Amino acid sequence: MIHFLIKGLLRDRSRSFLPITVVVLGVALSVFLYSWIIGAVNDIIRVNASFYTGHVKIMTRGYANEIDQSPNDFALVGVDTLLAELRQSYPKMTWVPRIRFGGLLDIPDQKGNTRVQSPVMGMGVDILSSHSPEIQILNIKAALVRGRLPKTSGEMLISDNLARRLQLPLGASATLISSTMDGSLAMQNFIVVGTIRFGIRAIDRGSIIVDLKGAQEALDMNNATGEILGFFPHFLYQKKEAVLMAQSFNKKFSRQDDPFSPEMLCLADQNNLADMLSYVNQAAAIIVAIFIFAMSIVLWNAGLMGGLRRYGEIGIRLAMGEEKGHIYRTMIYESALIGTVGSVIGTGIGLACSYYLQLHGIDIGSMLKNASVLMSNVMRAQVTPTSYFIGFIPGLFASILGTMIAGIGVYRRKTAQLFKELEV
Amino acid sequence: MKKLSLIFLVFLALPVLAKRPSGEQILKRIDENLSAKTQISVSTMIVHSRRGRRTIRAKTWMKGRDTSFTEYLSPPRDKGTKMLKIRDRLWLYSPRTDRIIQIAGHMLRQSVMGSDLSYEDLMENPHLWDLYTAKIVGREMWNNRSCWVLKLVAKKRDVAYPMRKIWVDQERMLPLKEERFARSGRLLKTTEIQTVFRVDGRWYPKKILFKDVLKKGQGTEFLVDSIQFDVKIPSYIFTKAALRR
Repeated sequence: MIHFLIKGLLRDRSRSFLPITVVVLGVALSVFLYSWIIGAVNDIIRVNASFYTGHVKIMTRGYANEIDQSPNDFALVGVDTLLAELRQSYPKMTWVPRIRFGGLLDIPDQKGNTRVQSPVMGMGVDILSSHSPEIQILNIKAALVRGRLPKTSGEMLISDNLARRLQLPLGASATLISSTMDGSLAMQNFIVVGTIRFGIRAIDRGSIIVDLKGAQEALDMNNATGEILGFFPHFLYQKKEAVLMAQSFNKKFSRQDDPFSPEMLCLADQNNLADMLSYVNQAAAIIVAIFIFAMSIVLWNAGLMGGLRRYGEIGIRLAMGEEKGHIYRTMIYESALIGTVGSVIGTGIGLACSYYLQLHGIDIGSMLKNASVLMSNVMRAQVTPTSYFIGFIPGLFASILGTMIAGIGVYRRKTAQLFKELEV
Repeated sequence: MKKLSLIFLVFLALPVLAKRPSGEQILKRIDENLSAKTQISVSTMIVHSRRGRRTIRAKTWMKGRDTSFTEYLSPPRDKGTKMLKIRDRLWLYSPRTDRIIQIAGHMLRQSVMGSDLSYEDLMENPHLWDLYTAKIVGREMWNNRSCWVLKLVAKKRDVAYPMRKIWVDQERMLPLKEERFARSGRLLKTTEIQTVFRVDGRWYPKKILFKDVLKKGQGTEFLVDSIQFDVKIPSYIFTKAALRR
């Protein structure tokens, strides 16, 4: 029977072309919209995890309370011991110490006097250790615009925008003015060996990266660090495991009355990410639901229109003695075929568009000029396993539902009036 | 009889009324007491930070109201750091970097060595009379000393603290307690002279507690270990070249 129905659909284009076109468009848009939103959300998670939150992060309680100010006077001390313990207790995790600091970068002229100054946000990351994963986590090699990575603790990377603004050539000396862990004045010279651009406006505005040892030396933080970030294998955030790990760690190490005791926070507990992700997810669900609902209405109408257009055909079929139930079922089978064909084609088109934007993305940097949210300047879609079937919800079910409702009319047809109707 | 008593009381009160100086006279007397043509002092600053306390020693040479040179003597990390102030400019030298850096702009609001003092506090003209108009708003006892309470309002806009309230020791002419306010009326800093000593015939603060109200912590103690007035200071001290010496 399916063979018979397919033949009918192919021969009578008015029964297949318009409904399939509508289904293809709706499904393609649904798949694309879903992949786009997932891409944006996952980008926010990835960027925040890499640069700020880790999948879990350990700080002192005092530091966590004032995290926006990166208060290194609340730094973790005895970091080597703590890292050894973490690596033993949670061997699957990757642990990296980082120092975040603010300061002023002073560039001298030829006589050594101040030529220009600029406020900077700095990050001390382990670049020099042979097995350090930081270069991969922060994707520093890809971010390098000019020069090379630091080879000593006295070398620095600076954001390309800032370097251009300060007219700072590679090999130039720059003096960092900041505060030590004890609050004293910190001044340290660094040689600029490379410029970087991560494609994240909030970071590219004015940041510097130095090796962890260089930051420890400059800020008088021997065997101390502001934060220790933890990452799950393959860089995949596991929400439940992160929450359980944080609970067990805090039970063991954290003391409420001691602001210097360590505390572990998971990704969602930082940078208001829990609220933001929940908001984005809800907004995404609402957008997709509204879209799917609207598509369902359109396809339902297409089913109704089809039903009305085929008023005469159904009448003849009834007059010839075909059962109402059989007609109703064949109409549903037809719409299932149309929905399946349309969903497959629509999903293909939607996936193709999504893949294209996954590779190339759209530059939204100009919209993020003063944004405090940490996200990439280039917004990309992301194709996930769900992208492959999400389009079938509006494509298949809506067209079947539309036909089911429109087809109820078959049961209202009265055999006694059929010939009268057909005469007309 | 009643009239006679009244006249007698008025006569008794007259000397008191005559002795009461104006706010501006009090400011002038404070400035005269605290300033000199030149000063050389050694001081200790105890900073109570969240990680504990730090002691910083420094030697300061001062000429007039707007020229000074400070060299930090300890702790080892800060030893050799020098600061030169000439009028409205401030330079900092750090031996670690061998750089002379001018402190300007928003950097002036930063804390000096993690203390409750900002570079802006150091930059300000110490002569109150130059900067403020004063009005006596009361008399109070502070640390068992009889004080004038003065409300100061800045004469110009470009001062760090547009309003101040000071408690001035009536006899020693020292501002024993001070509250410094923003233009909005928000309290920013407090200072308390906790002990005083007599040097060269004048009363001078020995121990001052500075507290930045916007910062958590117990404040910064500033102790004057020794001070000499009107001594000869070689003029090269107040040059940028002296920072690297």
